Amino acid sequence: MNQDQHVDYLLRLGDNALILGHRLSEWCGHAPILEEDIALTNVALDLIGQARMLLTQAGAVEGKGRDEDALAFGRDVLDWRNVLLVEQPNGDFADTIARQFLFDIWNHQVFSTLLGSTDAELAAIAAKAVKEIAYHKRHSSEWLIRLGDGTEESRARMIRALDVHWGFVEELFTPDAVDQAAFEAGIGPDLAALRPEWDAAVAAVLDEAGLERPEVGWAVHGGKTDGHHSEHLGFILAELQFMQRAYPGLAW
Amino acid sequence: MGQTVHNLGSIEPPNGAAAEAARVRRLLQDVTDPEIPVLTIGDLGLIRDIAVQGDFVTVTITPTYSGCPAMLTIEIDIRDRLLRAGFTEVRVETVLAPAWTTDWLSEDGRRKLRDYGIAPPAKGADAAGKAALFGEGPKVACPLCGAADTERVSEFGSTACKALYRCRSCAEMFDYFKCI
Repeated sequence: MNQDQHVDYLLRLGDNALILGHRLSEWCGHAPILEEDIALTNVALDLIGQARMLLTQAGAVEGKGRDEDALAFGRDVLDWRNVLLVEQPNGDFADTIARQFLFDIWNHQVFSTLLGSTDAELAAIAAKAVKEIAYHKRHSSEWLIRLGDGTEESRARMIRALDVHWGFVEELFTPDAVDQAAFEAGIGPDLAALRPEWDAAVAAVLDEAGLERPEVGWAVHGGKTDGHHSEHLGFILAELQFMQRAYPGLAW
Repeated sequence: MGQTVHNLGSIEPPNGAAAEAARVRRLLQDVTDPEIPVLTIGDLGLIRDIAVQGDFVTVTITPTYSGCPAMLTIEIDIRDRLLRAGFTEVRVETVLAPAWTTDWLSEDGRRKLRDYGIAPPAKGADAAGKAALFGEGPKVACPLCGAADTERVSEFGSTACKALYRCRSCAEMFDYFKCI
């Protein structure tokens, strides 16, 4: 694995965490109940904390003097390496839970593997993050069951939300040259090999919720590999990066 | 032999370095977690190393929860205490491995938490299943009335390290310091 690929791989992990963390932070003050407002922002805080460590490590491996802030606030859309799933809008509460659930199950698998990464710093970050992600996974799984097995209204919304997000799952498991190089270097997991376990874990929760696995017949790719993002990422960055764009180098 | 040692005047004997580190540890004993002010960083097990070279000191700490904003305040407090104590240069470094765990919380810290009204994190058998997807979760006794009959309201609470519980016996809500 060359250095560029190593940096790219770390950016993917860091960008996933930062963009999803930012999305969840948008719920602050808007969640359906107080406990959920606190829960979603706690998950956001965990993810943003993980993003800080991952982007710091990306900058260190890159060796060009870019720190976490330079990477978070100084890159435009095409340079972001997050998967398309995490930048999808919050929608209603069922949309947020569907997006979170599909991601959490995968994210927990990935970080469990990263515990044994040959990138020692990444392994150390994973040791901390994986315990936090276990809480995220339990939270989104419980809500998926509660909504799927709830009222007629909540069930209908949960089914629709899973349909809306299901087409973004393929990208999580489709390795490109960077993922493959990370796997061969012992830095990251064999993505395609994670799929059967993910399918089984998701099926178990869907079953508990009385829901069917969606059959949507479409899938999109391109966020993590080419920076071909949905229009949503631009709006996220406009807010996320505003201060550093308006006042470059601002510090306090 | 003894004379040779005495001639190495500028190099501290090993027990001198240990004594200096112990002095720094004492200076830091009242640095507390700003969000749970009854807990010191010693109770939390955050200090991983102290290295003193003359007026220059490096304190190595380990972060707790990834996004915990208290870490920055703790760093500032460490720096402040040691600069006031006469050190001319204070460096605070963070190290991630081994990852901090609630198992490092001291017995004294656990007692202080309980007295403060926060249930301490489950340990050993009580923590079993903490990573399981479903199931019962840890047994948490009410820190207010001591009853064992409690229920989880939310796994996420007022800070990154706390979950929200309710006591079925005294009906009070309380915080639980959740394990990682």
